Amino acid sequence: MDEQYDVVVMGTGLTECILSGLLSIEGKKVLHMDRNDYYGGESASLNLTQLFKKFRDGEAPTAALGKDRDYNVDLIPKFMMANGELVKILTHTDVTRYLEFKQIAGSYVIRDGTVAKVPATEMEAVRSPLMGLFEKRRAKKFFEFVQNYKAEDPSTHQGMDINITPMDSVYKFFGLEAGTIDFIGHALALHLEDSYINRPAKETFDRITLYMSSMARWGKSPYLYPLYGLGELPQGFARLSAIYGGTYMLDKKVDEIVYENGKVVGVRSGDEVAKCSQVICDPSYAPEKVHKTDRVIRAICLLRGPIPNTDGVDSFQLIIPQNQVKRKNDIYIAGVSASHNVCEKNHYLAIVSTVVETANPQEEIQPGLALLGPIVDKFVQVVDICEPIEDGKKDQVFISKSYDATSHFETVCDDVKDLYKRITGNDLVLKQRQTQEEEQKEMADH
Amino acid sequence: MRYDNYATTATTNSLVLRFVKDQFDDYRESTIGAAFLTQTICLDDATTVKFEIWDTAGQERYKARSLAPMYYRNANCAVVVYDITQSSSLDKAKSWVKELQRQADPNIVIALAGNKSDLSARRVVETEEAQAYADEAGLLFFETSAKTATNVNELFTSIAKKMPLDMLANPRPRGTGLNARGVDLNRDTKETGCAC
Repeated sequence: MDEQYDVVVMGTGLTECILSGLLSIEGKKVLHMDRNDYYGGESASLNLTQLFKKFRDGEAPTAALGKDRDYNVDLIPKFMMANGELVKILTHTDVTRYLEFKQIAGSYVIRDGTVAKVPATEMEAVRSPLMGLFEKRRAKKFFEFVQNYKAEDPSTHQGMDINITPMDSVYKFFGLEAGTIDFIGHALALHLEDSYINRPAKETFDRITLYMSSMARWGKSPYLYPLYGLGELPQGFARLSAIYGGTYMLDKKVDEIVYENGKVVGVRSGDEVAKCSQVICDPSYAPEKVHKTDRVIRAICLLRGPIPNTDGVDSFQLIIPQNQVKRKNDIYIAGVSASHNVCEKNHYLAIVSTVVETANPQEEIQPGLALLGPIVDKFVQVVDICEPIEDGKKDQVFISKSYDATSHFETVCDDVKDLYKRITGNDLVLKQRQTQEEEQKEMADH
Repeated sequence: MRYDNYATTATTNSLVLRFVKDQFDDYRESTIGAAFLTQTICLDDATTVKFEIWDTAGQERYKARSLAPMYYRNANCAVVVYDITQSSSLDKAKSWVKELQRQADPNIVIALAGNKSDLSARRVVETEEAQAYADEAGLLFFETSAKTATNVNELFTSIAKKMPLDMLANPRPRGTGLNARGVDLNRDTKETGCAC
């Protein structure tokens, strides 16, 4: 460890692992450490032993749960948007070669107390009980407008400039009902709360477009999921980093970030110091340099069957829009199962989560828990969502943001790009890495 | 008949390079960027085994746990290598075998390779000691030299022979690079209009 590195990365969450991989490819000498003896930090997938150690230290998993190695329990409830940034990063770095992905089978939303499917095909849209016949016509006009809107072509604008016009006015223009607005804003644009209504419409247009294009890519739902759990993603990028020379130390205690004249010069563990000119870490490694923006409650629930009213699908997202339960923030449920190699046969895992609004967060997720059917076991965690106070340019310590309450990785990718720019001074331009076939051919030719 | 055998994990690069490319490079510590190599061997006229080898890229150097589970999760076999000129390397190999037996597929074939057999003058780990441990732990055992190629093909051939045939006949798609069971992110799809 007592060596000179360009960058020391602390924490093996997805954000840190992507950056570690990208910087190693560029030839930076990277030391990547984690205090845990597993990969993934807050974005890890844990086996039973690790899960119990984290939530109920001292208690052993019951034998009825099955084998340790059959479990990969996610700590955060997120899926990959099929047409989103993470998929682009995965394909460009060719980390896809280490992973396998499956679609999430369906997306659902609560409307007037009942579970309704978010239509995935035109046929489903026609049959959907979410809107009446006349409202469907109005909604169709709205979606056509979103799809055809071109910034450079005023004839597609119908008198609105989405960079200025608030979303509320666009809804009013098309005469959409409150229930439809809820559906569009929360089930398609995936806004967690309603403040977007008064902001320029472009943000929401972009989100709707991302949802639609992701849905169009594979059908069923806009989401993809890696077999063996989300923890495979950081592992894949860590492997990328190692292949390009990155050094890995897990189960390594970090005692101190060492500064000289206000700039980072190393990281100390015991009496060893890794010298470096830059540090990248998650908020837990620099608690004095971050502030709390929100709190999120996440209840990981183990189930023995698919949840009621979802057609028995093996995976799903279910959104309870805030208006439906008189809250400010939506309640999300993300569900996966044994068919994703995350738990034992015939078992299902669901995470119910929301942004905490009261002093009793457990009570806040009750409407979500009530939809799951019988719950075999439950692991609940209330976490602080933190972000760095400074941008890191002064002391060269670059801190990532916590994984937020959104249901996908788009904000994580925004953070990766933003950090990359602050660290290197350049915009992140993804270059296509050689494929495995090209690589082996090149080796054979030498 | 052709059997494909996927995803061998090997812990040193030099053995893999010798096996796959029949070359040895004293100074080449690791093949930067090369993560994944394939080599095919013929057992007999009817049986070909294609090895798909994941090099560990040194991720296990500091601690066994630093090697991500994704490496051995779907491996059919693993080659754990120690250096006959360093006694501590056998202890490390033993902790490795324990980790594999705990976390990997119960049917995994594990081979122990005592490398650098060309440096017999500097030997500190006796063949008998390693053999006794391998027998006790149920491992295949060879002393190899990536430098002179001694026993390298023999090692992989004997692994191939020990693979259960039913396992080989139903190869796991993981590591094929084709995402055979799932969604291929590299596939170009034509985007269609909005569904609602």
